[in-house]
This record gives sequence, structure tokens and C-alpha cells, in this order.
Amino acid sequence: MSNVPNELKYASTHEWLRDEGDGVYTVGITEHAQELLGDMVFVELPEVGDSVSAGDDVAVAESVKAASDIYAPIGGEIVAVNEELEDSPELVNNDAYGDGWLFKIKADDESEVASLLDAEGYAASIEED
Amino acid sequence: MAQRTPLYPQHVAAGAKMVDFHGWDMPLNYGSQIEEHHAVRQNVGMFDVSHMTIVDVTGPEAKAYLRRLLANDVAKLKEPGKALYSAMLNETGGVIDDLIAYFFNDESYRLVVNSATRDKDLQWLEKQAGEFDVAITERTEFAMLAVQGPKAQEKVRALMSAEQHAAVSALKPFVGLQLDDLFIATTGYTGEAGYELIIPAEKVAAVWDTLLAEGVQPCGLGARDTLRLEAGMNLYGQDMDETVSPLAANMGWSVALEPADRDFVGRSAIEAQKAAGTEKLVGLVMKEKGVLRAGLKVTVEGGEGVITSGTFSPTLGYSIAMARVPTPVGDTAQVEMRKKMVTVNVVKPSFVRHGKAVVSA
Repeated sequence: MSNVPNELKYASTHEWLRDEGDGVYTVGITEHAQELLGDMVFVELPEVGDSVSAGDDVAVAESVKAASDIYAPIGGEIVAVNEELEDSPELVNNDAYGDGWLFKIKADDESEVASLLDAEGYAASIEED
Repeated sequence: MAQRTPLYPQHVAAGAKMVDFHGWDMPLNYGSQIEEHHAVRQNVGMFDVSHMTIVDVTGPEAKAYLRRLLANDVAKLKEPGKALYSAMLNETGGVIDDLIAYFFNDESYRLVVNSATRDKDLQWLEKQAGEFDVAITERTEFAMLAVQGPKAQEKVRALMSAEQHAAVSALKPFVGLQLDDLFIATTGYTGEAGYELIIPAEKVAAVWDTLLAEGVQPCGLGARDTLRLEAGMNLYGQDMDETVSPLAANMGWSVALEPADRDFVGRSAIEAQKAAGTEKLVGLVMKEKGVLRAGLKVTVEGGEGVITSGTFSPTLGYSIAMARVPTPVGDTAQVEMRKKMVTVNVVKPSFVRHGKAVVSA
């Protein structure tokens, strides 16, 4: 069974969201998602300053197996991207909830976060897969 | 319920992610397929290939039968143990399967064919046997293990006596040797030096455990695919099948048209295809981000073709592919990628050999 940390929020499309305070949230893909995709070979990230809406495809995780779109879990402005992934995409496999983070987003409307899944809800959703 | 090889408990113990592969429960990887890939290029890895089908062809007319059955000519084989790569064609010149034939003597050969094609292959072998005085015997009592990489020679020492190891170390490429109940051949599917072992099923777990203790990395189907593709080796069902001529699958070299009086199955069709011209299997390399994938459309000077196999090359750090395209081809091709058209370079379909890039992109 994959690791699904309690303190994070989740999208059904397998992104996780961590509250960093001041309306800023870090986004990555879950342990379960990286297991499904296999070894990561390229990660295409958004540009800092991009304005995105919840559900927009903003990044691509390309593994040995497939290319997979990554969606913005909430709307807002991209304020940072993980440049380490350019040379070390395997960080997404090795540390999905830590060094393998993808981007940080400044929320336009923090109430969108409440509509995401909690750990229990996400764990139940991947159980059904 | 999928079939399991005798090494199933070893795969589970090594932490394999198991997947269904044409009815067999096989390891996809044991964690990271890229690390497994690098282990074979730089050190040594092992693959359970026990799902493959081993068929012995014996009898007074074994040689005549195989000279009729196969597109390559077993009469080239003189030295006992010597192996030959060949297509097995249908009457219209399509590839029923590709295989390796080992020669023991004129009345005794061994074929190793693909597992996904087992049933139709065995039916075809029986059908073509017709009036030939041969016996066709599937050897399900054997397991197969591939040990591949620059350190393979050093690591197999643990499986045999010093004398036997000296004999194995002296083997030229593409030849096999029977040592007691171990058959060991200098063949493989990775582009590295190494061996394929055929061992009684009940002994293969001990061999695996010995090699594991020697530091040989277990490798799954994922690494097997990226390694063979870097080496420019075809995968049956993907790069060719019954509708594809070997001439359109970079297998022309293995079709022996001389001597002209050898009437192998598919010969007249191949001669007609050769006269008319066929599509061609080429290599593609793409240095920008992204991965070329099987099924993508490719456009060259002569028109539209298709990627038959594509992957990210762990050795090269960019994407490579094989594509079947009409001629003339030219130096570049256009590939329809996700949301964009990309220009890629056309190369010979061989990218990495013995740990080194052979492609100049």
C-alpha cells in the first residue's frame, strides 16, 4: 500500500498539495502515481509567473512508460518550480512528497483547497483503482 | 491464472513488480528499470527468460527440414553448438516468428522461439514437418536465464569448474556449449557480452541464488526492452509480424537467398518483394525533451510511416526509436508528438553496443 501522508490534501488526478502558509501551496504527484508511471525521464514544468486555474494541465511527467499530464489542483500564480528535476527527474520516484515536488502556487482563492480530498479520501480513491 | 516460471519465488523475494506478459506472470522491474539497464551496460544483470519456448528438432531429415522451414540457411552451421538467427516466414513472406537455431549435428538442432507466439509456432513446425523424417519436441522441463553485461564472464565462474570456465571464456560469439546439465551460449538480447543458460527447471533457483550472491542485478522486462532497443534488436509483434516482410524489418541480412536452389518457405514472395522494393526499418533519435513512442506517425521523403518501438535511452539520455517508413527516407523525419510536430534525425537502427554509443546524432 502506498504512502499517503495525513497532513496533505489530494486531487483525484494524483497530485498532492502542502500548505506552506501565506496562501502558498507546494504541489507534487503522489507515491501511488509515481509507482504507476515508473522511472521518470523528463518533467516539464510551468513558468514562474504563470497564472493557472484549477484543473488546467500545467506540467507533464514523462516516464519510461508514458507521458502524463499534471493538473493544477487549485487556481493561482506559479511562484516557484523545482529546477532540480531538470537534471534529476528520478527525485519524483525517490522522494515524491519531498525533494520530488514540482511547483509552488499562490492561491487566488484558498477556499478551493477545501474541495480537495483528504488523505483518507485519496487512499480510498486509489483503493478502488 | 497466468503461468509462472520456476523463478517466481525468486522474483517475489527480490521485490519484483510482476505483470502479465502474454499469459506469463513476469517481473517488470525490481524497483528501478533504469538502474537495471545501467547494471547491464556497466556491470552485469540477469533476466528470467524461462517463458521462452525451447524446441528440439531431431531425426535423419532435421537439416533438410530446417533448410525448408527457415529463411536463413542452417547449412552455414558447421561447428557443433553454433547458433543462427533466422526468420520463419509464411508463404507470403511475412514473419511468423524470429528465432535462434543451435546446431549440434545434422540430425539434431535446438530452436528457441518467442513465448507469445508459442502455439502458432508449434502448429507451423508440425504442419511444415509433413513428409520430413523429423521429431519436434518442446522442452518444457528447462528454464532459461540470461546473464548479460561486461562482468558476465567473471560471474558465471561460480556455476562451473575452472576447466569448464576456461572453455566458456574461449567461446566465440553466438555459440553454445553443453556442460553437464548446463547449456550455456554466447547469445543475448542486450548488445552486451554475456550468456543465455538453459538449465533443468528444478536447478534454476539455485543458479539464480548463486548469481545473486555474486552481485548480479536481477533485471525485468522493462530493462530488457530498453536494452534491446538501444542495441537495435527487433521485438516480434512490435517491429515485425506476419504482415511484415523481413526486408522491411532490417532482417534482410538473415534471409539467405544463396544457394539459389534452396526452396525455403516464403522464398518466391521475398524475391518478388525484393524486386518491387519494400519499406525500410530505420532508427530515429530525438535530442529534445520527450519520448518517441510506438504507434506515432512518422513522415519522411517517401511518405508516411510509423514508429514500431520507441523509448527513452538510459545510456544516451535522449529518446530513440525504430520506425518502418517508405523510401526514399532522407536524413530527417517529422514525428507527430503530443501537441506538436518534431524534426528528428534518421540513423541506422543501432544505437548502443558494448556500453558505448554507436549512433551519431
